[in-house]
Amino acid sequence: MSGTVMERAANATPPKLARQIKGLSDKTIAWIFVAPTIFLLLAVNIFPLIWTIRLSFTNFRVNRANLETKFVGLRNYERILTDSDIWLTMQATAHFLFWTLFFQVLIGFALAWLINRKFKGNDLWTTIIVLPMMLSPAVVGNFWTFLYQPQIGLFNYAIAFLTGADPSSFSMIGEVSLAPWSIVIVDTWMWTPFVMLICLAGLRSIPDSIYEAAECDRASKWRQFWTITVPMVLPFLMLAVLFRGIENFKMFDLVVQLTGGGPGSTTELTSINLKREAFEKWRTGYASAYAIILFVTVFGLASIYVKALNKVKER
Amino acid sequence: MSGFSVTEPSRGQKWIAGILVVTYALVTLLPLLWIIATGFKSPSDAIAYPPKAVFEPTLEGYVNLFTTRTRQTPDYLAENPPETWYDEIVRKYDMVVVGPSRYGERFLNSIIIGFGSTFLSVFLGTLAAYAFSRYKVPLKDDLLFFILSTRMMPPIAVAIPIFLMFRSLGLSDTHAGMILLYTAVNLSLAVWLLKGFIDEIPREYEEAALIDGYTRFQAFYKVVLPQAATGIASTAIFCLIFAWNEYAFAVLLTSGTAQTAPPFIPTIIGVGGQDWPAVAAGATLFLLPVMVFTILLRKHLLRGITFGAVRK
Repeated sequence: MSGTVMERAANATPPKLARQIKGLSDKTIAWIFVAPTIFLLLAVNIFPLIWTIRLSFTNFRVNRANLETKFVGLRNYERILTDSDIWLTMQATAHFLFWTLFFQVLIGFALAWLINRKFKGNDLWTTIIVLPMMLSPAVVGNFWTFLYQPQIGLFNYAIAFLTGADPSSFSMIGEVSLAPWSIVIVDTWMWTPFVMLICLAGLRSIPDSIYEAAECDRASKWRQFWTITVPMVLPFLMLAVLFRGIENFKMFDLVVQLTGGGPGSTTELTSINLKREAFEKWRTGYASAYAIILFVTVFGLASIYVKALNKVKER
Repeated sequence: MSGFSVTEPSRGQKWIAGILVVTYALVTLLPLLWIIATGFKSPSDAIAYPPKAVFEPTLEGYVNLFTTRTRQTPDYLAENPPETWYDEIVRKYDMVVVGPSRYGERFLNSIIIGFGSTFLSVFLGTLAAYAFSRYKVPLKDDLLFFILSTRMMPPIAVAIPIFLMFRSLGLSDTHAGMILLYTAVNLSLAVWLLKGFIDEIPREYEEAALIDGYTRFQAFYKVVLPQAATGIASTAIFCLIFAWNEYAFAVLLTSGTAQTAPPFIPTIIGVGGQDWPAVAAGATLFLLPVMVFTILLRKHLLRGITFGAVRK
């Protein structure tokens, strides 16, 4: 083998040359391998973040680049935190977050538990359930507006069929009272499979021997469910909630296509609001401060949550 | 039936579970089937009440998707008989085909940007993941956390400076800009997933190769890479699906040359609002590859989704 020849050659030469023959040192390789990734992340993630922080203290506007940029201190932050409209979008976001997580956890866990009954063909059906989450939220969200049309929409027709109501009597995305639910429904349809898959991984990680031991102790199935299944799946479930929570806090594509924030601003989630400030009103400095506030919020909430998660794991 | 086991669900339980899951799956599938069906409907069938499940299929939606048309006078129509089958379809509405639509271009952009960024992020991600897995990298945990935390930022928040940066570098609305951007967004997930896959490969293989006189580099691409192939492939699929589906950056940073399909499809309009059969046709062509992919590769994909989240 050529390897052994190389080895012999390496042994026969002074150490310094030998290293050249044997290749680069570990440390150099490690740096060559990591550097491009770090560089790209710095350029596309960290550098823009720092830039955003800088902009957030100014009154800069992209569409009026000739205007003199002034340093305005914390005024942008002050204005955002005292703006009642922004609190309304925060409320819309909270409503969206709470109910999507609630339904996704409930349905996702139930589905995982059922799939774990290991009936025949369960993996194919699991895949079919997973399909919606693999698809483009913007394209699918756009099509859902068609399903939500009063009268001709499939969704309205199905609801009318089940409840006997008139299919043209309600408009999911047109009515202030229904629009917040229209986005919850589509998001739940799309992302329940994610929670389901993670729960399934949790359920499958529980060794059979624990149930067998419980059976020997004559614990009822009901008790087994609450004292074994639920606590063992809980860390997984909490992780799923973390991922979905972060994603839904950032939610943009699906909702912008579904309702565009309307009617009025009933479904104007923070991301949509931010997009309006930054790319429609072009208040760049103001929007940058807004972005920083959102980022700090997500980061803060996520860190607190991860601490709680680790506590659950330790138990 | 094999021997009695306390953990094996009873037959009755399996039946009930099966029926419930299949019911849910079918309901969940309905909107997707509806997209596919609407693509083959005529405009009047698409908006019929009650919604039509059985209809006469037509390619009008697909023709409208790929062409631009204008209305013509009866004289012109009488003088110029339709030359092609798709021209004949649009004649029904006193229209003639005047050229291709932009859908083809947008679809091609999706392919170029999707595959380009996937290749780059998997390539760079594999290198970084290998280094993180095998070497003592200073501040390793911090770096890994930093890589993951870049995912927490709302895309719109980063979009402001990226918009400015791309503008000054001449990258806005270019393929290269979008490929770089998607690569950066995907890298965090790619490194995270790939590190898991490479961690699983026993170090002994490489050590044996090193003893045989391979250099580190040779050991990496002759021993580690083939072992990690499945992991690399499923990571690639995730990156591809992300880039394929991405909308926020695409809609903010591209408008023409480099626009991908997701921002384009919702803008397909006909007479008086969205041309639903054409939108559905465009959506079908765009979504179907992902659906087929998911079903064919389900074993690797399902593992990957939970793997990335559950590990640690």
